[in-house]
Amino acid sequence: MKNKKDQTAFHLMLAPSMVFLIIFSFIPMFGIVMAFQNYIPAKGISGSPWVGLDNFKFMFQIPDSRQILINTMVIAIWKIIVGTFVSIVFALLLNEIRVRFAKKFMQTVVYLPNFLSWAVLATVVMNIFSYEGPVNALLGWLGIDPILFMASNHWFRPMLVLTDVWKGFGYGSIIYLASLTAIDPGLYEASSIDGANRFKQLWYVTLPGLMPTILLVTTLNLPNVLNAGFDQIFNLYNPLVYATSDIIDTYVYRVGLVERQYSLGTAIGLLRSVVGIVLILSANKLAQKFTDYRIF
Amino acid sequence: MVSIFPVHPTFSSYEKLLSDSQFWRSFMISVERVGLGLIVNMSLMILAAYPLSKSSKQFRAQKVYMNIVIIAMLFSGGLIPTFMVVKGLHLLDSIWALILPGAVAVGNVILLMNAFRAVPKSLEEAATIDGASQWRILSTIYVPVVLPTIATVTLFTIVGHWNDYFGALVYINKTSNYPLQTYIQQLSIDAQNITDPQKLIEYAKISNRTLNAAKIVVSTLPLLLIYPFMQKYFVTGIVVGSLKE
Repeated sequence: MKNKKDQTAFHLMLAPSMVFLIIFSFIPMFGIVMAFQNYIPAKGISGSPWVGLDNFKFMFQIPDSRQILINTMVIAIWKIIVGTFVSIVFALLLNEIRVRFAKKFMQTVVYLPNFLSWAVLATVVMNIFSYEGPVNALLGWLGIDPILFMASNHWFRPMLVLTDVWKGFGYGSIIYLASLTAIDPGLYEASSIDGANRFKQLWYVTLPGLMPTILLVTTLNLPNVLNAGFDQIFNLYNPLVYATSDIIDTYVYRVGLVERQYSLGTAIGLLRSVVGIVLILSANKLAQKFTDYRIF
Repeated sequence: MVSIFPVHPTFSSYEKLLSDSQFWRSFMISVERVGLGLIVNMSLMILAAYPLSKSSKQFRAQKVYMNIVIIAMLFSGGLIPTFMVVKGLHLLDSIWALILPGAVAVGNVILLMNAFRAVPKSLEEAATIDGASQWRILSTIYVPVVLPTIATVTLFTIVGHWNDYFGALVYINKTSNYPLQTYIQQLSIDAQNITDPQKLIEYAKISNRTLNAAKIVVSTLPLLLIYPFMQKYFVTGIVVGSLKE
């Protein structure tokens, strides 16, 4: 009797969320059929003609599509590699700081950019790296010609990686800092008795202790190889650097919503989600195999 | 000539800002959005996470619901079908278009769920013996116990709503109804509408002078004010949520 009342309570608690998930997550899934149609807004999904795989064929014929895929993966992989590296190094350095106040202060400062939006940061970045901005002023002072950082296909990608890592490395280091505190202090004592200096301890005790976390975080980053960061690129790029910075997500936005080619946009989006799901499931399996961790 | 340090500091741009009515309109829309979003999203997510944190022995349908939540996390119709649903519901141009579609953030629900799971079972058993209902157990025992995680998710939700510019770009047609970040974003995005390469090079050369740095400062201020108080919570939240067992 009592338990039945509990069950009802649980169902009621979940009901509103389920309604929202059905409306905004599950119903749009049926919209995927648009990818197999020549969707005409006036006729709706039920009235638009079926075209089978034409949208997908067309997608592979667009000369840009190869470039977009390459851009997406190159930018994303560089971000993951540099971001992980900087986060780990920062966590290790911070761990060596013994003054509590200095440590806390530094953490506050480096975590902060993660909470600012790209809409705001992009305007700041663009000003700093503009033709007459501080960076070029400094370069001019050193006798170097000004560089059009944000309009050059040579510089734009490194700028994307650099600014993304700057925004995220502090936040990314939190998890490494947490696992550093879990390393057995006895190991440090033992190693110092054996005559290991600070650097040797770092190499033989700290890094191996950190390895499971590094492995786990890297594995969980796997699904992000198709996620090069829409917000950042969308706010920073311009037609001059499309060649090196147009990614799947920005392309879907322009083709699908700006140019209103709903079917093509949906088809590209669908392909991206399918690959994304495969990557998430693989990451989950890998993480489970190597580190006994499950995302779900 | 622009140097690294400001040459003539002045408050004139702040004075000008105070009289920019669209800026303040957008500011208030953002405040309204955070307020409404916080109430709707947090209550939905807490109510959903609690039953999901129960074992399937205690809540028979737990596995079914869990699968629904995970499917919603893995699959999505994508940008365009979601837009059509919002349009179909006649939510375009309303503040609810910015709040409702992402109301149940599955990642945050899972974070809360893991926190609820860590609460000692004996607390609930004691309350049950005293005759408390599940609603009462949730509100008087579980919520207070997992307050640090709730604070974390609250911060994420505030930041998410405050920082989102894209929702309004897609769902709001009237620029006068843009929230703050979309308003700010529109200032910087002029470059994207320039198609003539020559003009773009010109554009890239000058730092955007029309852009008002004061607007950026004011737009980040609310976040900077709550951030230091939330820091200790979100660090714990991330650690608990990511390093299990």
